[in-house]
Amino acid sequence: MQTASLEQLEEEEAKDSFDVDVAVTNPEKVGDGMNAYVAYKVSTRTSLSMFSNKTFSVRRRFSDFLGLYEKLSVKQSHHGCIIPPPPEKSVVGMTKVKVGMDDPSSVEFVERRRAALERYIQRVVSHPLLLQDSDVREFLEKEDLPRAVSTQTLSGAGFLKMINRASDAVNKMTIKMNESDTWFEDKFQEVENEEQQLRKLHAMVDSLVNHRKELCGNTAVFAKSMAMLGNSEDNTALSRALSQLAEVEDKLEHLHQEQAASDFFIFSELLADYIRLLASVRGCFDQRMRAWQRWQEAQSSLQKKREVEAKLLWANKPDKLQQAKEEITEWESRVTQYERDFDKIGMTVRKEVLRFEKEKAKEFKSQIIKYLEAMLQSQQRLIKIWEAFLPEAKAIA
Amino acid sequence: MMEEVQDVTSALSVHGHNIKVTDVLKDGDTLTFVIVSQKVSGTGEYHVDRTYDDVEWLQQHLFSQEDVPGLHGVIFPPVPAKPQVNVTAKGMKQLGFLGLGEWQPYCKALETFLRQVASHDLLKKNKAVEIFLTSSDPPGRQRVKKNIFNWLSQAMDEMRKEGHKDVDEFFQAQRDQNLVMTGCTKNATERFLEVVLTEQKIAVACGHFSAALHLCVEAGEDPVKQAFSRICVKLSEVLESMKKNMMSVAENNVNTLGLGLDLESRYQEAEKEMLFRRTCKLVELETARRSAEKAKPVKKAAMEEVKKAAESEFDHISRVAKQEIAQFESERVQMLQQALVGWCEQQLLTAKESADQFDRYLQAFRGMA
Repeated sequence: MQTASLEQLEEEEAKDSFDVDVAVTNPEKVGDGMNAYVAYKVSTRTSLSMFSNKTFSVRRRFSDFLGLYEKLSVKQSHHGCIIPPPPEKSVVGMTKVKVGMDDPSSVEFVERRRAALERYIQRVVSHPLLLQDSDVREFLEKEDLPRAVSTQTLSGAGFLKMINRASDAVNKMTIKMNESDTWFEDKFQEVENEEQQLRKLHAMVDSLVNHRKELCGNTAVFAKSMAMLGNSEDNTALSRALSQLAEVEDKLEHLHQEQAASDFFIFSELLADYIRLLASVRGCFDQRMRAWQRWQEAQSSLQKKREVEAKLLWANKPDKLQQAKEEITEWESRVTQYERDFDKIGMTVRKEVLRFEKEKAKEFKSQIIKYLEAMLQSQQRLIKIWEAFLPEAKAIA
Repeated sequence: MMEEVQDVTSALSVHGHNIKVTDVLKDGDTLTFVIVSQKVSGTGEYHVDRTYDDVEWLQQHLFSQEDVPGLHGVIFPPVPAKPQVNVTAKGMKQLGFLGLGEWQPYCKALETFLRQVASHDLLKKNKAVEIFLTSSDPPGRQRVKKNIFNWLSQAMDEMRKEGHKDVDEFFQAQRDQNLVMTGCTKNATERFLEVVLTEQKIAVACGHFSAALHLCVEAGEDPVKQAFSRICVKLSEVLESMKKNMMSVAENNVNTLGLGLDLESRYQEAEKEMLFRRTCKLVELETARRSAEKAKPVKKAAMEEVKKAAESEFDHISRVAKQEIAQFESERVQMLQQALVGWCEQQLLTAKESADQFDRYLQAFRGMA
């Protein structure tokens, strides 16, 4: 029973505005050895009155972010909210960091994680419903947060497997739902298709990133070989030009590094985020199914209670009859409640999906613009490099 | 069709500096090159079809020219390796840059070889050059393949001679320098090839990404869905443009610096072979001198003759070699300069075009609803 029209939902969507900006910065290693961890600075800038200050910051570690997700998941997902998924755990990555934060792969890992945590928390505070949650405010404001312990579900198996397991449970429901409105079925199918497509794209981008990294390596080796050639060259002018060439190649290597980073941090991570977000979307559809199930089971229980009452009437046992009537009243109100819940979650899911699709288009567009800006800058630096080398090359003869 | 060359030398009837390899045709396993040269007197051109067999025929005749004293002192213009239509991995390694891009770089390299031969004062007079460039019958197709390259290949025995100490400081210095340069240049050429091959891989990856984005486009009237579809289509165009740009970058690399390094590498090898031939002659000379000294009176006169002949040949070779080395040094610097300037100019142009493209796409995305 969908009473609100789509137009009404869209209007409500447009009114939702928020003004909170969160940054995750300054990763610092705390402690030593295997108990070491990385703490990040979480800084908030806001004009909303629900916060005690306009700007403030706290230090949080990775498990704190996971803990936040756990709490939100427990409290909000049965409303049909799309809860933004946290970044994946990584035992390999963290072990390297515990050993030392200075080598390039550790630096890359920490930066990747920092950026992912920032995107995660920004998505949480951008959600009008989640922003109201006290746990979110506590996460942003409270000086010391109790250590999150129940993050086991997110270890090893990871977020996607968790969602998929829950989905399977829903699919094993014996009573199949008859949708009066095909919107939910159609949308669910779209979401599944999109997830597949994004996976393909993600694989392509990863391939591109790997080739760019390969190019960095090859360029560095080539630069060295030209430096050697320049050193061995007898002709002074040519020797000079060849050495300059080696320097040009070194500069090109840096450009390739940056381009690989752009490909990765902008595209690859964006796609990875959305693959997981789509799984979250599937999760909220599953929640709606559960609400329906609860309603159906309540109706079935109510039916049984009525049968009991009928039997008692027939058997003429007045004392038990009273109890039976009370139980019927109780279950009738449950059925009404669960039906209301089911309708409500249906509306929330529709609203959430609409919001999600808008945000998705917005985010893709803004990330692509960021990428193009980086590429343009890269090309402009490249032009300067070639312009500087040209007179050197001409000076040989 | 001529197997033997009657008059060994005469003036070349075409210009050497503007010979062109205009086309390459694939017929099964064979590649046929179309070579065009301009007549010296009057207007008019020669168009001939030649295969690699014909090129080898030409080389044989150049090496075996008999009336040029000190011919072994010539740094022979290096010919590209044999092209294989269905290239094996080993073949690719041998050809390097010349195996890329549908044989266009190979044609350029062959063209350079012919120009150098036809412009070389000692070599261009060889009638084989005239026949190769002007005869309508291909000279090399049905020759009996003789392995005449034995004296070029280094047997184990010969390897010892490579290190033989020179009597002339100039030549010892040349040999030492050449040893270093052949190694460095070969290494640089191979490393640059790796760069180009990776650039090509990136282009292919961009193409795949571009194609995959098209699959994300959905039909339907939902405005939000349409917005996302438009984004995917535009991004697909961006990736296609990046692919083209990367292909241009790789092509520029091949056509300028790639060919330049390849030629330099082969030329250093050619100089190495010449210096080695001279060193072998030196060993021969020193052996002849010792034999003449130790010879018993009955053989002495004959040994002296041998010694005198060896001395004369060695002097000729050294004289020619000195000229060749001077010529080589100035030509290679010029050639490399052209390669570097051309490389820089082409890459600069491509970078500017790419920047313009990115700028246009940036405006398009910013303007998108």
